[in-house]
Amino acid sequence: MARFLGGRVLQGLFVLWAAYTLSFAVLYALPSDPAAIAAGANNSVTPEQLALLRHEMGLDRPLMEQYLTKLGGALHGDLGRSLQSGEPVTSLIGRALPPTLAVAGAGLVLGVLLGTGLAVLATVTGSRRLRRALLSLPPLGVAIPAFVIGLLLLQWLSFTWNVFPAIGEGGLRGLVLPAVTIAVQPAALIGQVLAKSMGDELGKDYVAVARAKGAGPLRVNVRHVLRNAALPALTLAGLLVGGLLTGAIVVEAVFSRNGLGQVTQGAVAAEDLPVVQGVVVLGALVFVTVNLAVDLLYQVLDPRLAVARRPAGRFALSGLAGRG
Amino acid sequence: MSVTDVALPAGERFPEPGSAPRTAGGLLRSLAHLLRDPGLALALLWVGLVVVAAVAPALLAPGDPLAVDTAAHLHAPSPGHPFGTDRLGRDLFAETVHGTGRTLPAAALATAIGLGAGTVLGLLAGFLRGAADLVIMRLVDVLLAIPGLLLALMLVAVLGKGDTVDVGIAIGVAAVASTARVMRAEVLRVSESGFVEAARTGGARWTRVVLRHVLPNSMGPVWVLTLLLFGEAILGVTTLGFLGFGAQPPTPEWGSLVSSGRDFLGSAWWLSILPGTVVALTVLAANRVSRAFDGEGTGPR
Repeated sequence: MARFLGGRVLQGLFVLWAAYTLSFAVLYALPSDPAAIAAGANNSVTPEQLALLRHEMGLDRPLMEQYLTKLGGALHGDLGRSLQSGEPVTSLIGRALPPTLAVAGAGLVLGVLLGTGLAVLATVTGSRRLRRALLSLPPLGVAIPAFVIGLLLLQWLSFTWNVFPAIGEGGLRGLVLPAVTIAVQPAALIGQVLAKSMGDELGKDYVAVARAKGAGPLRVNVRHVLRNAALPALTLAGLLVGGLLTGAIVVEAVFSRNGLGQVTQGAVAAEDLPVVQGVVVLGALVFVTVNLAVDLLYQVLDPRLAVARRPAGRFALSGLAGRG
Repeated sequence: MSVTDVALPAGERFPEPGSAPRTAGGLLRSLAHLLRDPGLALALLWVGLVVVAAVAPALLAPGDPLAVDTAAHLHAPSPGHPFGTDRLGRDLFAETVHGTGRTLPAAALATAIGLGAGTVLGLLAGFLRGAADLVIMRLVDVLLAIPGLLLALMLVAVLGKGDTVDVGIAIGVAAVASTARVMRAEVLRVSESGFVEAARTGGARWTRVVLRHVLPNSMGPVWVLTLLLFGEAILGVTTLGFLGFGAQPPTPEWGSLVSSGRDFLGSAWWLSILPGTVVALTVLAANRVSRAFDGEGTGPR
């Protein structure tokens, strides 16, 4: 177990380092002038001042040296400073994170509940028509862009019926629409995968045994089938969390909320490269951590899984896990 | 599709998932199949319409989409203006139709990049194995670890923001990893086949083995991915457009149309909801057609 865990942690650290390096290569090797961005849009800066600034930022040194300096800083938790405000990237992200976590967390919980509910209902129901109707929802959920879902909700529930506030943080009530918007995609993916694997599990012997012993349909489905069917759905977690993060970017734009998404959008618009890199590294960190947690959770949920027999490189989740 | 004209020993022809029917009978059968599935027929019809809108927008919406008519500003949808008009009295239907010419090519470019680069990487990894496999697949791992839209946003930050071509490239790079994984798995499977072994034993050079035997026979699952990737690319391109990183107004683009209609949500809902619906329907149709290919081609394996 310790060896397994150690290997996975090392692999995760490698992915993090590679994400940092890749983002450095993309952001700094390409021709753009961070000094000019830091100096601002006003053209009152003389070339001499710009050169001085470039020197202060270390931009006149060889690229490799810049990379090693920055990587050294990153290892100590220093991701550089924002070109716009001069604030350290870590504190900028740290400040923007809580509202985003609230939305994304609420969205995840809601998405898991909705997706699981959909799959269980579609499996339990005796009505063929209801089952078909339920199973036609997930393809719809992945096809409608999040910004359209958000705008539709705003249009109906805020402007037409005035149930929820249109914009602003506004406490819990303001959280509902953004959370629902984010929840649609995870709900669709979980619902799709879970319904399929529950259908597969239903045909197995242990279900017949449980039924023969007198277990009711609810007990069979929830206690036996759902638990076994949860494993394939769990592999989606990494994908879902990535979707939550990018979903938050969209949702914060739609609902004019503060948070990481707004910071990211602003940083991309202003070519604030250190901030963009910081968000990218954070995304990779979240992905790596969640996948590590899923790996461990696997052992808990299914003791049969021999650690040694697990295929290597499980970080690699297909980006298209939604495919049947 | 080049898959069809590969010279293979008789009996060694692989089933080709997702390939088009070759015979007249097959075509007829597909047509009958279509009629029995109205959802699929509608999806194909919609995709066709959208392609027409991208190639020849004037056929669907003649006239200048940017023609301003201040007397008719913010009119609700009506027979004269099926999508209503915006705050300058421009016909939203015409803008949406002409916006297709921005959104669709960008999504097609993204799909081409994702498929092309992903196929090459997956092929190299699966065929060369060893160190090349290790390096390529670790790169793929990293690309998968960064959420797709975030990766695209990072690329947009350096490529530039006002152009749908850059957006297409950014979304395409974000799609490379998943194609590479599918391709690699298929190449590994095909490389074990008897005919590849035979070609090798027969003294064919490795480039010939790869290009004439392994590549064509591994493309099936990747072709199936195409439309699915295309749908995802439309989502990506319009999302970036919505966030303000695509074509800049007044150039119409689906995502930016939705975004500029946002300010009128309370008073003129059609400005953002109708172009948004067009985006959703297009992705839905692409996914539906892709699923039809998937289901028809694979069968029992």
